[in-house]
Amino acid sequence: MTYLDFLLVFDSALRLATPLILCAMAGLISERAGIVDIGLEGKLLAGAFAAAAVATLTGSAWMGLCAAIASSVFLSMVHGFACITHKGEQIISGIAINILASGATVVASVALFQRGGQTPTLDRDERFSPIDLPGVDTLADVPWLGPLWKELISGHTIPVYIALISVPLIWWLLWRTRFGLRLRAVGEMPAAIDSAGVSVTWLRYRALIIAGILCGIAGAFLSTAHGAGFVREMSAGKGYIALAAMIFGKWKPWSVLAACLLFGFLEAGANRMQGTPLPIVGEIPIEVVLILPYVATVILLAGFFGKAIPPRALGTPYRKER
Amino acid sequence: MNDKTRPQEPSEAALIGPPAVELRKITKTFGAVVANDSVDLTVSAGTIHGIIGENGAGKSTVVSILYGFYTADSGSIEINGEPATITNSADAIERGIGMVHQHFMLVPNFTVLENVMLGSEDGFFLRKGKAATRKELQRLSDEYGLDVDPDAVIETLPVGIQQRVEILKALRRGARILILDEPTGVLTPDETDRFFDILRGLRAQGVTVLLITHKLREVMEVTDGVSVMRRGKMVTHKQTSETTREELAELMVGRRVELTTPRIHVDSGPIALEARNLTWRGTRGIARLRNVSLTLRAGEILGLAGVSGNGQSELLEVLSGITPVQEGQVIIGDRIINKNKPTDPAELRALGVAHVPEDRHKRGLVLPFEARENAVLGYHAGSNTGEGRLLSPRALQGHCETLMERFDIRPTNPKLSAAGFSGGNQQKLVMAREIEPEPSIMLIGQPTRGVDIGGISFIHAEIMARKAAGCAILLVSVELDEIMALSDRIAVMNAGEIVGETSREDADYRQIGLMMAGVSGAGDAA
Repeated sequence: MTYLDFLLVFDSALRLATPLILCAMAGLISERAGIVDIGLEGKLLAGAFAAAAVATLTGSAWMGLCAAIASSVFLSMVHGFACITHKGEQIISGIAINILASGATVVASVALFQRGGQTPTLDRDERFSPIDLPGVDTLADVPWLGPLWKELISGHTIPVYIALISVPLIWWLLWRTRFGLRLRAVGEMPAAIDSAGVSVTWLRYRALIIAGILCGIAGAFLSTAHGAGFVREMSAGKGYIALAAMIFGKWKPWSVLAACLLFGFLEAGANRMQGTPLPIVGEIPIEVVLILPYVATVILLAGFFGKAIPPRALGTPYRKER
Repeated sequence: MNDKTRPQEPSEAALIGPPAVELRKITKTFGAVVANDSVDLTVSAGTIHGIIGENGAGKSTVVSILYGFYTADSGSIEINGEPATITNSADAIERGIGMVHQHFMLVPNFTVLENVMLGSEDGFFLRKGKAATRKELQRLSDEYGLDVDPDAVIETLPVGIQQRVEILKALRRGARILILDEPTGVLTPDETDRFFDILRGLRAQGVTVLLITHKLREVMEVTDGVSVMRRGKMVTHKQTSETTREELAELMVGRRVELTTPRIHVDSGPIALEARNLTWRGTRGIARLRNVSLTLRAGEILGLAGVSGNGQSELLEVLSGITPVQEGQVIIGDRIINKNKPTDPAELRALGVAHVPEDRHKRGLVLPFEARENAVLGYHAGSNTGEGRLLSPRALQGHCETLMERFDIRPTNPKLSAAGFSGGNQQKLVMAREIEPEPSIMLIGQPTRGVDIGGISFIHAEIMARKAAGCAILLVSVELDEIMALSDRIAVMNAGEIVGETSREDADYRQIGLMMAGVSGAGDAA
């Protein structure tokens, strides 16, 4: 493999990791506030559909993005209404959202477009196109750095860059602002927040709104940047893998980013290995290659890398003691 | 016990100006339960005021209303002479009211600084607030002598220091009226003394302190005035200097109670149980018991004192057969229990060992089960459940009725689920079940935790009666008063070790307190 091959694998890994990063950051914000967010998958899927459908109808990728965010935030609020306001079981509510999104996207898609659950293929204008960062031409002749800049750093769509920026942003929000301090406190010890005269409910709702926005962007990426239209079940478990990455990254933004990139890299590597004969073993059946990222997920989550300590109040609705 | 000659006078603020807190006709109901029935309370500024009462008397509800956790159904509140509407904690904080809860409201993995600033961060960005809070902590430390490392993580600090952080948190928010809910429950006697010094220091600075407690000794020691509550009503207000422990106890309970259990002396008999060099490691290899040896003799109570979490729970679990012996041995009669010859609670029960667990909710009772079912747990293979292998409801009923009558368990309804009884009656149910088969060895953990005064004297009398009947008793309690009242010998545990043992006659409150706190050199009585 040449240097360029490596760059191309990394480049593909970054694109594959983008929805994971956005969803994992969404999960991180939500779970740091004490709300289990197993509904990432459903929000991602709903976002993907809304983005593709609205982009088709309006002809604007940006309108699609707005619709994706709106639909995902809406599902987040449903989750909040069930789990915060009515103190319901968070896992059940999350699974309900996943099932709802899985069914509703197909029904709506058939009703609107009569294409067996898909949306029409999007034109160039209706999608997010790759953007070239400044300096691609100037650096083109510099060895190593030139190709690195051109192939890996530059030439991605807007959502990819949003995903990358979201990580330091979330970190800063959680560890450098009042909102973040309170949000982390509410996931550990909501009673402390309540006795400080701060509303536990409103804090948790705000966490869910942010989670909704991030999942919406991830959904838009799937159908209007990475793909060119919505296909049924196109989230394909990415929401769950993001959840896994979040736990693997121990609820810390930078570690979670690393976990997402690792999963992205495994998938990109698997794609690359298809049909390529390896030394000694020869050509591996494609199915074996494709399951590699999932096998890795299982192994990584089996607790090989130290104990992950979740936020203490995770999954428990806040009730005032009598 | 603690004859400090400190000035007991309240500060000047008490003598002038309106009262700091004035509650009038506060009523609060939860469903059918009247928690507060037209409660009046007046607290002079700059004094330490005690509110006492048994569990469920409504003292916590009163202060929760004052701190905005609940809103009263009717009645009015005045703070410093001004009418106040307090509907949430933010209102209370704004009025200068701070509260230290019985269960600390601290985020365990945050630093002291982060906990203190939480809720009063000084703007959206933390940097400025952190610097300001650090400075403020230094000032409070200078002014009140409340030293604490701002960068220490809460969960690594001893409870005494955590409590200090709670007080600092309230002061940082500008509290001039400080509510303390059962603050000494988790403290060693020595920490309690220091804590009282802090309260006196706060009073000297003009802070008004409301102390909620059920410990009469503490009320007598530190308060200026005291209010007594009983069954949701305010019974009386007294100047502390004009009342006595006995009088307060009577007011709390509504009838005369014996504060001290008459001691019965019996000559101690042969060794009933002996533990030799028990060492026990928890899941992460941390030694919870280190080389613990003790002997229990018939007709004798061995009191095991210590701050909660120093290995007493593990010792009880090993001795009662719940967790297996790892190193060392336990000898009961001819039976030697060690790693290779393990035991289980059923065998121990057959050997005449009864166990009253520390946590009656977790280990002592199945809360959703009926009282009559709970009354035979562990003894269900015996004759109290009827003939043969089937449970006879009639036998259960009869058995439970007998126990309820003998141990004064109320309400006398064997079909009521265990969760429906008060803490004291639940405890009596467990005690009744364990005492009834007349065991020769009893392991008793925290027999009166969360039990009211009337219940305490009853349970103490029962324990004393078992001793008189020749039972060997191990009494584990975090209440030093209880240990002192009942024991013939006293052992002290700290960090998994028995750090000292002494006879009751030679026992010194202060020295035992120091041993509990792990102060080296204090345990020379071993």
